[in-house]
Amino acid sequence: METLLDVKNLGISFGGLRAVNAFDISIKKEELYGLIGPNGAGKTTIFNLLTGVYRPDSGKVILDGVDITGRKVTDISKAGVARTFQNIRLFRQLTVADNVKVGLHNQHHYTAVEGILRLPRYSRVEKEMDDKAMELLKVFDLEDYADHLAANLPYGQQRKLEIARALATNPKLLLLDEPAAGMNPNETGALMEMIQFVREKFHMTILLIEHDMKLVSGICEKLTVLNFGEVLAQGETSKVLNNPKVITAYLGE
Amino acid sequence: MLKKMKKNTKNNLITYAMVTAAFIIMQLLISVGAVSSLLEGLMVPLCTYIVLAVSLNLVVGILGELSLGHAGFMCVGAFSSAFFSKCMRDVITAAPLRFFLAMLVGIAVAAVFGVLIGIPVLRLKGDYLAIVTLAFGEIIKNLVNVLYIGKDSEGFHFSTKDVMALDMAPDGTVIVNGPQGITGTPKDATFFIGFLLILLTLFIVINLTNSRDGRAIMAIRDNRIAAESVGINVTKYKLMAFTVSAALAGAAGVLYAHNLSTLTANTNNFGYNMSITILVFVVLGGIGSIRGSVIAAVVLTLLPEVLRGLSDYRMLIYAVVLIVMMIFNWAPGAIAWREKYFHFGKNKRGAGK
Repeated sequence: METLLDVKNLGISFGGLRAVNAFDISIKKEELYGLIGPNGAGKTTIFNLLTGVYRPDSGKVILDGVDITGRKVTDISKAGVARTFQNIRLFRQLTVADNVKVGLHNQHHYTAVEGILRLPRYSRVEKEMDDKAMELLKVFDLEDYADHLAANLPYGQQRKLEIARALATNPKLLLLDEPAAGMNPNETGALMEMIQFVREKFHMTILLIEHDMKLVSGICEKLTVLNFGEVLAQGETSKVLNNPKVITAYLGE
Repeated sequence: MLKKMKKNTKNNLITYAMVTAAFIIMQLLISVGAVSSLLEGLMVPLCTYIVLAVSLNLVVGILGELSLGHAGFMCVGAFSSAFFSKCMRDVITAAPLRFFLAMLVGIAVAAVFGVLIGIPVLRLKGDYLAIVTLAFGEIIKNLVNVLYIGKDSEGFHFSTKDVMALDMAPDGTVIVNGPQGITGTPKDATFFIGFLLILLTLFIVINLTNSRDGRAIMAIRDNRIAAESVGINVTKYKLMAFTVSAALAGAAGVLYAHNLSTLTANTNNFGYNMSITILVFVVLGGIGSIRGSVIAAVVLTLLPEVLRGLSDYRMLIYAVVLIVMMIFNWAPGAIAWREKYFHFGKNKRGAGK
């Protein structure tokens, strides 16, 4: 399999703090990759660097052969990186279907004038978007909620909707920031199955941040362990988890 | 899905029908002479306020940013179109055509100001944005007050000092006369034109809201960071909402200007007071509710006139009505009660269900 994401020597400082230093990662197509580390290790900062929220001080991010280092959030989304957030960020006052349709924004086009005058292209494209949105919602068992406001969904469904919305942008790489946060073991189990399913159905490459070791060891093929902004260990999941340095970082001496 | 579409469309049709019915009833009452001339004279300003309230709702309710400079855009539209109409008074004699062109001029100039002011202002948010839009509104009003434009055989003369500084030939006429504004604008605006303008405004705002671009605007309102992360161009859509709103406010200004023989810019018509009045319509009508804006504008404009007979008590009643409307629209208990008995109010804030 060829490499989808290739990150070399990525780094950023906030004031005097080196939040991420010399971070390397290489993810192959359709790989399910885990990024773990203690609190404050810089995991979410790496997501923010990859998606353009922060501009890196050093290093390069290559997505599918294209250099996306330091590009704007919107452009990186168009280049094919989608993400979810640690604290859920839905469009709360829009319906579930509309949340997904916002995700479809850059795949289906008509101009504002066509929209206001309700020209034929408006109806045609809106129909396409509706169909596509319902298709995605069905994958996540959310089709019954299509007309509900996103704010009124139960927590677990909100997490699912966020993933559905991210997939609607038709990404090459999906970044999941603690998808199992706040879930009980049953829900986590269902989530694991869902992530596997998404990967197979959409041939998706997934990088996820997680604290839940059961989830990580259960589904991730490879892991990178981060500590104080630096890579502590990297490689096959089972080997990494048995690495004495990783055990020390997580459990103490 | 289909059900939602129908419900949304039905809701919007009710709004159009209400406006049309109100217009027809009012027109009938006027034709049988059941309406006082004072109230009749209030019809065009009322149309202006409705257009202003609906257009401001696009920024406050749909984009979710508080703008306090809406009257400034109205001012730009009013003066640019009045200037055009006065210059063209003898050139284009057909009033409808002249007014139509004046309308285009007012809308275009207000839209340009919307873009120019929007670019710096939309980098801010919340209170800061509100304060800066307020300042821009006042700047526009004050600039108009020191503007002198005259025309003679050599062409146009501009000054920001006084009429003498225009230095015109003896045949020259002053068109814009500083604080005295523009006099002799043709009275081309009618209640019917105002009604058409309301329908046009509703059509634009409602259809924009329920389109791909409207969804993007509401997504920015609900969560800017998430909107960016799915590839929405935040600057573009903020500017789009702001500019469309400014252009519609400009259209309202055109209507307003062509209903008066003398157009001057003061605090009450184009200043801070006006911006706040429009905001009151939007807030009391329910932020994001288009129909609410229309109803609030009508009730709060007509109320002081209808109650004129009660002299001193009318402002007391006005205040009570403000409070009642606020409770009805915003108190959690009142919202629950409304949902239970009327099954509406769930689509506050945009294209919800």
